[in-house]
Amino acid sequence: MARTNRPVSRRQAWWLLATALAASLPLAPQVPLWLSLAAGAVFSWRAALTWRQWHLPPRWLLVLLVIAGTVGVFLQYRTTMGRTPGIALLVVFLSLKLLELRAARDAVATALLCYFLVLGQFLFTQTIPTALLACLTVLITTATLLAASDDRPQPLLQLRRAGLMLAQALPFMLLLFLLFPRVQGPLWGIPQDRISAVSGLSDTMSPGSIALLSQSDAIAFRVQFKGTVPPQSELYWRGPVMPSFDGRSWRVRQTLGAYTEVPYSGIGAAVDYEVTLEPHGKFWLFALELPATLPADSALTSDYQPIARQAVRNRMRYAQRAWPEAIAGINEASSILREALALPRDGNPRMRAIAAGWRAQHGDDGAAILATAETFFGQQLLIYTLNPPLLGADIVDEFLFDTKRGFCEHFAAAFVFALRAAGVPARVVAGYQGGEVNPVDGYLVVRQYDAHAWAEAWIAGRGWVRIDPTAISAPSRINSNLASAVPTEEGLPFLARSDLAWLREVRYRLDAVTNGWNQWVLGYNPQRQRDLLAGLGMNEPDWRSMTAVLSVLCGGVMLGLTVWILRNRLRVDPALAAWRRFTARLARRGIVWQPWEGPLAFAERAAGQAPRHAKSIVEIATLYARMRYGPAPQAGDLLQLKQKIAAFHP
Amino acid sequence: MNYNVAQKHIIHQRPGKTPNPMRLPELDAILADINRIILGKDRPIRLSLACLLARGHLLIEDLPGVGKTTLAHVLARVLGLDFQRIQFTSDMLPADIIGVSIFDRESGAFHFHPGPIFTQVVLADEINRATPKAQSALLEAMEERQVTAEGKTRALPEPFFVIATQNPTYQIGTFPLPESQLDRFLLKIELGYPDPAAERELLAGADRRQLVADLVPRITPQRLIELQNTVRAVHASPALIDYVQTLAAYTRAAPRWQEGLSPRACLALLAVARAWALLDGRDHVLPEDVQAVLQGVIAHRLRPTDDDARSHAEAVAAALIEAVPLP
Repeated sequence: MARTNRPVSRRQAWWLLATALAASLPLAPQVPLWLSLAAGAVFSWRAALTWRQWHLPPRWLLVLLVIAGTVGVFLQYRTTMGRTPGIALLVVFLSLKLLELRAARDAVATALLCYFLVLGQFLFTQTIPTALLACLTVLITTATLLAASDDRPQPLLQLRRAGLMLAQALPFMLLLFLLFPRVQGPLWGIPQDRISAVSGLSDTMSPGSIALLSQSDAIAFRVQFKGTVPPQSELYWRGPVMPSFDGRSWRVRQTLGAYTEVPYSGIGAAVDYEVTLEPHGKFWLFALELPATLPADSALTSDYQPIARQAVRNRMRYAQRAWPEAIAGINEASSILREALALPRDGNPRMRAIAAGWRAQHGDDGAAILATAETFFGQQLLIYTLNPPLLGADIVDEFLFDTKRGFCEHFAAAFVFALRAAGVPARVVAGYQGGEVNPVDGYLVVRQYDAHAWAEAWIAGRGWVRIDPTAISAPSRINSNLASAVPTEEGLPFLARSDLAWLREVRYRLDAVTNGWNQWVLGYNPQRQRDLLAGLGMNEPDWRSMTAVLSVLCGGVMLGLTVWILRNRLRVDPALAAWRRFTARLARRGIVWQPWEGPLAFAERAAGQAPRHAKSIVEIATLYARMRYGPAPQAGDLLQLKQKIAAFHP
Repeated sequence: MNYNVAQKHIIHQRPGKTPNPMRLPELDAILADINRIILGKDRPIRLSLACLLARGHLLIEDLPGVGKTTLAHVLARVLGLDFQRIQFTSDMLPADIIGVSIFDRESGAFHFHPGPIFTQVVLADEINRATPKAQSALLEAMEERQVTAEGKTRALPEPFFVIATQNPTYQIGTFPLPESQLDRFLLKIELGYPDPAAERELLAGADRRQLVADLVPRITPQRLIELQNTVRAVHASPALIDYVQTLAAYTRAAPRWQEGLSPRACLALLAVARAWALLDGRDHVLPEDVQAVLQGVIAHRLRPTDDDARSHAEAVAAALIEAVPLP
């Protein structure tokens, strides 16, 4: 091992510089710009010092820089605690430590700091590219650590050595990952500073809000169905229900969960599936209409939307069952029905007038009014478009009678308004519609551009009935997908377009890999671990038995690696094996063969120590030396050697 | 023969103790002759002969007066070879070594007068006192075994053996040989002071010059070339080559040295070990042979990173041997 006060060589300095760069570059987007620039300047400074072989800066300057960096981080965040300030501080320290590489111990400390920064990347993202990048950085850091003790081998050789060491560590890593008792919660359970810029549905809906989402191909959630995937037109993923309307926007009711189990009973076949929900910062859990079961730690709102007890800030997986034909709300509370009829006092006079006509014609017959409204919407020849014109104060009237162009929120809002104006309780339901089955792994992927809004009307005797006004004007939106419903492929996200077959194929595969990573690596929780162990025949293991299994398996791997390394030794020359037996016998007499000692040299020493056996010792050693090092052993040599050794009893 | 390498790898010759059918009596006679004149220096003498048999050149680093010249002289004498001595000085020119063409007025042409290097055994005394220019003239001749002067290439006699001596480099007025040139010497040995008993015999005994003059050649130069060819045929088994490789790999990986042994150094190690095995009357090389010659091979090739170890070549070689198990 290197002595800790050995000076750092030029090559070691280059290694450390490369490692520090590799470890801190991926963090550049996380730390403030001034810090990235400052760190870059320090790296360049260090490179110049190494290149020109100038002296390192004096200690007082370093102390000043450390203070300046720390104060800078504090001023930026008003704290030095927490994820981002902590990482920023580490970047400050790492870059300045490079200016202080005097002895081998500085090099080791720098390398260890780099390992820590690699870990820091995972506090921000846990994707496959992050993991691959981290592996690469760990490789470079390990090579640097090797170079800190011996920097003579070529860089490639050094990397190879490091790679071999990491490869040997890999089985242990896998075993520990699979078997070390997991803790509940995400692997990177640091509370996030805040959920920001996560696209997804919001708790209000105004014209244009969902159309905005159609620009995003980010994944909302993935679904794995237990049986066959239901037809596209039945995939209504219920999200926030918005009963209150202020003339422009629709809002959710600020209530908490009302039911801990579903207040209706199922009719017809159930659909079982499992959702892997991407974090979106809200409480909502999306479920196929209508949910029959509730995931753990969740409740059902009075609008039949499952919500979690805590905001979904980490990727979450839950099993679900749906009753597509369930009837809900036959005996709906009057307060809810009142709310579903509320309208602003004025606005949209043309629609109000027509609705009043329906009311006059059909009276209290909600079903008839609903049918009339559907016919009316069909006759308006509305156009489904991603780029609807801007609307003025009377959004319903202007959409229905003037512009006639809208996205799903226009359709849903106008329809619910019409029903309410005609005295039928109705509300807007937001969520996602459809999704796309990835043929590679069979998961249904629902993306942000699948966001949708539809209407729900309450009909006496039938409860809440779903009507999708978009389907009346643009049925292909519901039956296939967004791309087929929008006239020309106007402004669609790149990935939503259907004309690039190869791109879709690539996307399917990438997405299947990402999903596998999410499910099996990031989502490897105590439940998954229990399932895996149960599959291995260990039911409900406690920490003792798990520790035992872990130790045994690690021991096994260690043994396997040892055997692999010793394979050359195990495949020994029979003469050498016989020689080892011979030396073992002498060792019991206290005459120990040194592994570097030549046979004749050993024989002479041993003969001196055991003169009684001098003759046979010299004979055996001479025979062995000739067999192992001589030109061509004769036929009987090995037998003769074995016999002599068998007869040798010191 | 004492193979006990642990005791600092001093291998003393005790002829006839383990009679070996392969033993060549003429080699024993040569060694006995030299040992009679240079007393108590069995190991350096054996190494010198091994070096000669391996067709290499020998570098001796030692103080004046310990018998370097006598060794060269005796070797030449018992092997029946011509001998020349070149005393290197700081004003020496290449022509002083190689020779010079002089205009002959009678024939009207230049005649080449060969320099002292045209001989079979050359003693290049105090080689590091000459300028690099003169040094390189000698070293090129050693490497090529031929000399080019005035555009004409002349072969040097066969066998051709250079024994160069150098003063310890800490002495003033020296031009240390660069590593690439040191590498042209197969072995570097030290003679050292004789032990008291040998010194007493030397002081009390007959005049060394007279003894040298009385020596008769034991073999012919032709026989020497045959013996050199026999050395090349000494068997080195795969296990032994593994050992040489392991040694080299260790020197390359250990931080103790600035650079490891080069492939050429490994070849040198193997060549000297073969000659050493033949001197012991064996047709194959043993690890003991490699260990016995290791110090002479690495002494001028491995530069320790640590200055303390520089002066203890013996301890360095011992540590290397003990660090590398036999494969």
